[in-house]
Amino acid sequence: MTVELEVEEGWLTVCELSALVPGRGVAALLPDGSQAAVFLDRGGRPYAIGNQDPFTGAHVLSRGLLGCAAGRPFVASPLLKQRFDLESGRCLDDEEVAVRTYRVRTAATS
Amino acid sequence: MTEPLPTLVLIGHGMVGQRYLEALAERGATATHRVTVLCEEPRPAYDRVHLTSYFSGSTPEDLSMTPSGFMEEHGIALHLDDPAESVDREARTVTSRSGRVFPYDVLVLATGSHPFVPPVPGKDAPGCFVYRTIEDLLAIEEYAKTRTHGAVVGGGLLGLEAAGALQGLGLTARIVEFAPRLMPVQIDEGGGAALLRTIEAMGLTVHTGVGTQEVLTGEDGSVSGMLLSDGSRVDTELVVFSAGVRPRDQLARSAGLDVGERGGIAVDARCRTSDPRVYAIGECALAVDGRVYGLVAPGYEMAETAADDLLGREKEFTGADLSTKLKLLGVDVASFGDAHGAAPGSLDVVWSDSRSGVYKKLVVSPDGVLLGGVLVGDADSYGLLRPLTGSVPPVAPEQLVLPAGLGAPVALGPSALPDHAVICSCHNVTKRAIAACATVPEVKKCTKAGTGCGSCLKVIGQLLPPAADPGLCGCFPHTRTELYEIVRTRRLTSYAELLDGHGRPEARGGDGCEVCKPTVGSIIASLAPTLGASGYVLDGEQAALQDTNDHFLANIQRNGSYSVVPRIPGGEITPDRLIVIGEVARDFGLYTKITGGQRIDLFGASVDQLPLIWARLVDAGFESGHAYGKALRTVKSCVGQTWCRYGVQDSVRMAIGLELRYRGLRAPHKLKSAVSGCARECAEAQSKDFGVIATASGWNLYVGGNGGATPRHADLLAQDLSDAELIRLIDRFLMFYIRTADRLERTSTWLERMEGGLEHLRDVVVHDSLGLCAELESLMADHVAHYRDEWAETLSDPERMRRFVSFVNAPGAPDPTVKFVPERDQVKPDLAVLTLQPLGGTR
Repeated sequence: MTVELEVEEGWLTVCELSALVPGRGVAALLPDGSQAAVFLDRGGRPYAIGNQDPFTGAHVLSRGLLGCAAGRPFVASPLLKQRFDLESGRCLDDEEVAVRTYRVRTAATS
Repeated sequence: MTEPLPTLVLIGHGMVGQRYLEALAERGATATHRVTVLCEEPRPAYDRVHLTSYFSGSTPEDLSMTPSGFMEEHGIALHLDDPAESVDREARTVTSRSGRVFPYDVLVLATGSHPFVPPVPGKDAPGCFVYRTIEDLLAIEEYAKTRTHGAVVGGGLLGLEAAGALQGLGLTARIVEFAPRLMPVQIDEGGGAALLRTIEAMGLTVHTGVGTQEVLTGEDGSVSGMLLSDGSRVDTELVVFSAGVRPRDQLARSAGLDVGERGGIAVDARCRTSDPRVYAIGECALAVDGRVYGLVAPGYEMAETAADDLLGREKEFTGADLSTKLKLLGVDVASFGDAHGAAPGSLDVVWSDSRSGVYKKLVVSPDGVLLGGVLVGDADSYGLLRPLTGSVPPVAPEQLVLPAGLGAPVALGPSALPDHAVICSCHNVTKRAIAACATVPEVKKCTKAGTGCGSCLKVIGQLLPPAADPGLCGCFPHTRTELYEIVRTRRLTSYAELLDGHGRPEARGGDGCEVCKPTVGSIIASLAPTLGASGYVLDGEQAALQDTNDHFLANIQRNGSYSVVPRIPGGEITPDRLIVIGEVARDFGLYTKITGGQRIDLFGASVDQLPLIWARLVDAGFESGHAYGKALRTVKSCVGQTWCRYGVQDSVRMAIGLELRYRGLRAPHKLKSAVSGCARECAEAQSKDFGVIATASGWNLYVGGNGGATPRHADLLAQDLSDAELIRLIDRFLMFYIRTADRLERTSTWLERMEGGLEHLRDVVVHDSLGLCAELESLMADHVAHYRDEWAETLSDPERMRRFVSFVNAPGAPDPTVKFVPERDQVKPDLAVLTLQPLGGTR
């Protein structure tokens, strides 16, 4: 199984599903030079959001810890700990702020 | 042209002076006046009420009453060490000792009081002291070092404090009181007798009903004894005069202001002196009721009154309540209202138990109104009784003095108090104002209640709603300590198992959160050897629990790069190893800085570089310094006996030994330590979680110190320990801390919060009162036996190395956003590349 991300050019294969650890993330370099943070939750579902932390500008969200608030998954930035909803990209600690999200799917390895 | 601002000069910067400045600032008057303060002492206002706590470890900084930045923020010019020498009311100027002349439009005198020294022969001999300022304490401390016998003239409140301080300095202490009982002003005969018994049981000698006739001196002219009015002679090498205070009104007298017959600058109800441009507040002032108030609460009220009057607001000070609660030599003493039953027809209700040293007396009117009282030995009910003064208590007075369990159960709690009851008498704050707040810090911030003498804090705590939920986070209803016990007793090594079995129902089966994951990760790591789990923090499920720093075994920095800190035990390093660090830093282009913990921090490594850097460091014999973990950081040391002419032990050897013993130990928060080779304390051990100071015969162990934002001097846990005793005690201390502290709670706050404080800690880890010590020692033995270097372990396993890539889909490609620019011959993060790009439609 591989993990794929939807970018402008279409579905981009990022890595093997087995490369993801539940509860943690990895960073992926996208064709346009931007970065995505890809996560796997405990139930085995993948998520992807922009990797740049809007509070500091650093590309680090993939290194945050996953959590779950009111049944929704989030990642906490490793720098200043703001939390971002993994489905909507909305910051849970500042409603003015959001990061972009990507559609993500798993596909059988061809 | 704008009018120049009126000029206000405040003479005296004690507690009342500072309160006055705060009152001005709160009313916006610091913006409409140019404020200048002349202070005689070399330091800004400090807490004179708790002066004695200096001897139990408070630093002059702890005692400071002046918030940092306060003067700057409000544009106040504070001149320390430069007292006012004269006031010229015609010219409206004040001249200071340094010869500077300050014009004023408004003058405020807050000159306080000076200790009264009875005019006996020998009173100025070397060895005679007063007890008023931090400088007085420092002088007593210095003089006491080479002396064994001390005496205090005066058995009032300050005299008892001074006697306790002398005893604390290792001197024998005797108290000479002219009145027939101790604390004659505050308490009655029965209370004095209870106090006397307790104080004598502490090894102090008390003479009551006798005066001091002469201070005797020896051949060198310094104090050698005292001659008392009953003809007896006593040996003493040090005398502290604490026989009351007198208002400092000399400046006002010379300036021609009205003063009272027995001293004190006469003021009206608005705190104005006979010159309407001049105010007097605090202990130097003679209030309209003909009294000079030596307590801080009335002083504060005068400060408020004078500040209000300056702005034309109505407020009067016509007298104050002299209620007080103190802990003297560990004995609670309180008196409030009409303590001596002076009101005509008043009746007493007394409980006295000389076995336990408890004496309680309430004074009530014939119709049941509580008028006042005296409490000795147990003053817990003071916080409730004082606000009830002037009303008929909701239960019979005898129930208010009987110990719990005797008579009818007392259902009297703070809820019984009326809304207008004054809870904090220092700042005149009512129950209603306190109940509007949610937490004790909020109460202190919004109302100032609890920031004066602190005697009301217990009642404040009871008035506030109980802390909503003690749970660690939204996932667990337990505290960290409870989770530790669950993990330990159920031998759990899986976070998921813990969450699903013990988490809140709504959190079970979920992903947990960023609060509990690292906490549980740390608990499992602390207990790993004992549970038989892998000690490697990044194995299996454990990997997903760690914060990014633990995950990459390095410290994340603002641009997403990491810093690397190799362990340098005790701060000792060979030239060859120093060269390796230099070469690694040079080859990888890392910014290099010496840390406060005697090691070297290398900044600017990308995740890809971390294993390459560590391969070189491990090769040269370095280990992880755990700068990234909630774990032991460093054990600093001074160079010690080996080189230093003052050293009395080999501090470097001990520091290295301790650092190697506790390296890798995961804890609720970081742990810092230091070892000093002599009492000069160059390693600053008293600011560490555990600090060791060499003595001629061994080691003294200090615990619970902290630097940082909330500095705390460490407490002395045990003295003159051998190497083995020291290590055993630290083993127990650390494991007890790991077991019972909250998440992210340093040892300093843990110790502050601990019920029973240092005494309790000593009972547990020295006297083994809980029977835990064998277990604590065995936990530490497990840790020591199973320690392995995390970086060496990581480098030896390709699976563990997989995480050190910037991009999962482009291994080997560096992160283009981690860039550096030059600064002072090194590098710094290039923040320009981190500019936030506008986000698409999702924003």
